[in-house]
Amino acid sequence: MERDSVFHNDRLGAPRNPLLDQLPSYQSLLYRRKPSASGSNKRRGSSRTRLGSSSSGKWGQTTLARQHEEKHRTQTLQRPVRELSKPMAEKRRDKDQRLEQAKDLSSWSQWRQSTRRTLRRLKEDGFEMLSNLELWRGDIHVIEGMFGTGILSYFSFLRFLVLLNFIMFLLMFGFVMLPIITAPHASGNTTFNHVDGNTCSNYPKGLPCLFQILKGFLEQTYLFYGYYKVETIHFPKFTYNLPLAYLLVTIAYLFLSLIWIVKRSATGFKRKLVQDEDRFQSFCNKIFAGWDFCIVNDSAARLKRSSLLYELKTDLEEERIKQKIADRTRKEKCRIYVIRLILNLFVIAVLAACFYSIYIATNFSQKAQMTKVNFILDLIYEYLPSIVITLANFITPLIFSLIIQFEDYSPAFEIRFTLMRCVFMRLTSICVLLVSLWGQITSCQEGNCVCGYNHILYPCWESRVGQEMYKLMIFDFIIIGAVTVFVEFPRKLIVDYCDCGLAKWWGQQEFAIPQNVLEIVYGQTICWIGTFYCPLLPAICTIKYFIIFYIKKVTLVNNCRPATRPFRASSSNFFFLAVLLIGLALACVPVTIGIAQISCSQACGPFVNYTTSWEVLPRTVSQLPAGARTFLLAISSEAFAVSLFVITWYGFRPMISLLSTDGRDKRFLIQKLCQAQRTCAIISTGAGSQSLSSDRVSPSYRSNSGVFLVQPPPDSATHV
Amino acid sequence: MGTTASQLRKDLLSEYQELTFLTKQEIILAHKRFSELLSKEDRNIPTPRVPMEKVLSLPELKSNPFRKRICHVFSTSDMKDGSLTFEDFLDLLSAFSDSATLEIKSHYAFRIFDFDDDGTLDGGDLEKLVNCLTGETDDTRLTTEEMRQLISNILEESDIDKDGTVNLSEFQHVISRSPDFVSSFKIVL
Repeated sequence: MERDSVFHNDRLGAPRNPLLDQLPSYQSLLYRRKPSASGSNKRRGSSRTRLGSSSSGKWGQTTLARQHEEKHRTQTLQRPVRELSKPMAEKRRDKDQRLEQAKDLSSWSQWRQSTRRTLRRLKEDGFEMLSNLELWRGDIHVIEGMFGTGILSYFSFLRFLVLLNFIMFLLMFGFVMLPIITAPHASGNTTFNHVDGNTCSNYPKGLPCLFQILKGFLEQTYLFYGYYKVETIHFPKFTYNLPLAYLLVTIAYLFLSLIWIVKRSATGFKRKLVQDEDRFQSFCNKIFAGWDFCIVNDSAARLKRSSLLYELKTDLEEERIKQKIADRTRKEKCRIYVIRLILNLFVIAVLAACFYSIYIATNFSQKAQMTKVNFILDLIYEYLPSIVITLANFITPLIFSLIIQFEDYSPAFEIRFTLMRCVFMRLTSICVLLVSLWGQITSCQEGNCVCGYNHILYPCWESRVGQEMYKLMIFDFIIIGAVTVFVEFPRKLIVDYCDCGLAKWWGQQEFAIPQNVLEIVYGQTICWIGTFYCPLLPAICTIKYFIIFYIKKVTLVNNCRPATRPFRASSSNFFFLAVLLIGLALACVPVTIGIAQISCSQACGPFVNYTTSWEVLPRTVSQLPAGARTFLLAISSEAFAVSLFVITWYGFRPMISLLSTDGRDKRFLIQKLCQAQRTCAIISTGAGSQSLSSDRVSPSYRSNSGVFLVQPPPDSATHV
Repeated sequence: MGTTASQLRKDLLSEYQELTFLTKQEIILAHKRFSELLSKEDRNIPTPRVPMEKVLSLPELKSNPFRKRICHVFSTSDMKDGSLTFEDFLDLLSAFSDSATLEIKSHYAFRIFDFDDDGTLDGGDLEKLVNCLTGETDDTRLTTEEMRQLISNILEESDIDKDGTVNLSEFQHVISRSPDFVSSFKIVL
């Protein structure tokens, strides 16, 4: 094949295809790159662009050569020197040349260029300083070197959650607690809520609370909602409406989490779109981008190699399985579908059984907390829902991974489907707990509750809900620590020092990323739900994740080996953020219902004077001056549209551009093909020699005026 | 290196900052690590070269299956022995740094994967590439049948003009759609 006639060799001798470079999708990728600020926009050429195409005298060739040269020249000129792929000495020569040419310019453009350069330098220095402040940079670098980028993504996800929780805590602290704390010092005057003697606002004090850490402090501390009985704080200059602040901060932190997660996942979403079910280009991705160049550890390199080998073998195997699936007969298909139906019903039954047991446990626990038996039993009864949830979350993944083998899916789909089931199980169990709790709270002996809730058993129900969330969180933390200390370390010791059959069968611990991610997303969902009822929960969550980072790092380094089936970094990021978004969506539901639907307690909390917490907003708006009121009403209808727009802008912009570029690519190529055919018809009628069969149409390339199809010269040896 | 002292000159430092993607701190660290590789006599010549074996002893390159190719690609030595000057070393780090553009990375990746230096990735290059990735011993290789299936899959995905090889444009196209490339093609001291 005469490659020379189609491709041009650039300086390195690597042939380039101009048509590929001109595809709209590739061009937009180039322009969408983060620009290292441009240098100059000159017309004069650099020494690089001499192309060594020895044409055989065809006029089309030389025209193309010149146009290609021009294109290269303009491309080179617009880019900063460091983006050229040349050795340092040549880059230096280019730079000196550009500076020489710059001297010919007017002093205005010279000044402009030098300021641009200094600004860019300042910006880069600023970023460098900021990145030094990044949390855990050294630790993550070590982990990356030992285990590769897949596990690295878990730890950077953990770091993201620490930051998110810290910001949430700052919001809560700054707008809710700080005014209360500083009121006495800033000579503010707090007005408390009226306790006006009707039955609903009767708050029997002195519920005995032993073992405060485990039982969640006294209800009368900053930790719980019930403490914030403040109505307004009168500072010297203004009045601070605490209930309004409390409500707005809740909405704000949910909104902030949403925006931040969507922004973070915007890049991952676009990449995920490229990897669809058909595994388009996944082999290239595994081979060309398969090696983590950041690995520094010999044993990690060995393990990475074996995991790559395993991955390749599995993928090739999967391709063979897919072929087998496509060849299935109808009878086999029916049999498979029936089996799948039965097994899915079984899964639903298992889930229902778990949810029912959580419901029973919650009710039992609530009733048992009214009477005290002895210390140990009390503690168990208090934590019964958490214990049941943890047990369920431990058993169900085992069941799911067992039965998925009978459902005969492709291996990749098996993993994903099991994961989805586990996610559903984990996150819904919290909701079931809350539902059963609310059932208890809103059920009274006489049928219809006088105050809208059961004020005899739950004079301050929000604090109770807060306590339950707090207990869930603490128990989760204890379990993570206990599993690490009592299961993972002994396992390593057994595998290392004992040569028995148990050690061989059990094997060394693998750091299973999906399960670990589910654990921390579960914790974060609890935090989102619980912050309204327990304002210090984000702080506790921050500390919890901070400690978990070190626990996980220690267990990773000491006890684990990398997983045999690696979790790719790119799909990991998307998966983590998708699961987090599901958790956030699930968390918004109970919070919304709690704010808008259920009557707030009359005996405690900032919303004593309102029927539901949401009522604060309309009442405040009605007290505003008329102008502000109409303004707020106007944008409130658009608030929804605006937030939707923001999410769309961040999340779907890459997707839209990606989808549209595929269409643009097709249009561009069809255009070129039509041009080629037209020109070819002209040439062939003009030359009057051989007709063009379709299979001799080589890849066409374009110049400024049209498309030239390359044909072998009439008298060449290849002429048939 | 431009200086016999152990410090880098300020004007050189800012020049390197402009010509590479590295930050000031990274260049200083690179200078320190490079000086540690030099032998006593070499320290006094103006542009010393570190032989390839010494470069390969760096922990960042020691476990890398492509270490020899990396040295050959970035070396500007006339004898093609893979030795690196400090500027070659900076070029290397710049191409592998976090802020390098996709185009630079894919360009150098292509050259690293092109084992026979002929400007295209043909079947032989791809086979050597896969063997580098999976391991050199017999029990860590793919079988011939699997290798054939794999190479035909790769060429199907990336070879657009169906000439049996992957050239630079096709490679860059495939890389631009590969989600893992940017995060894995990274070396940080």
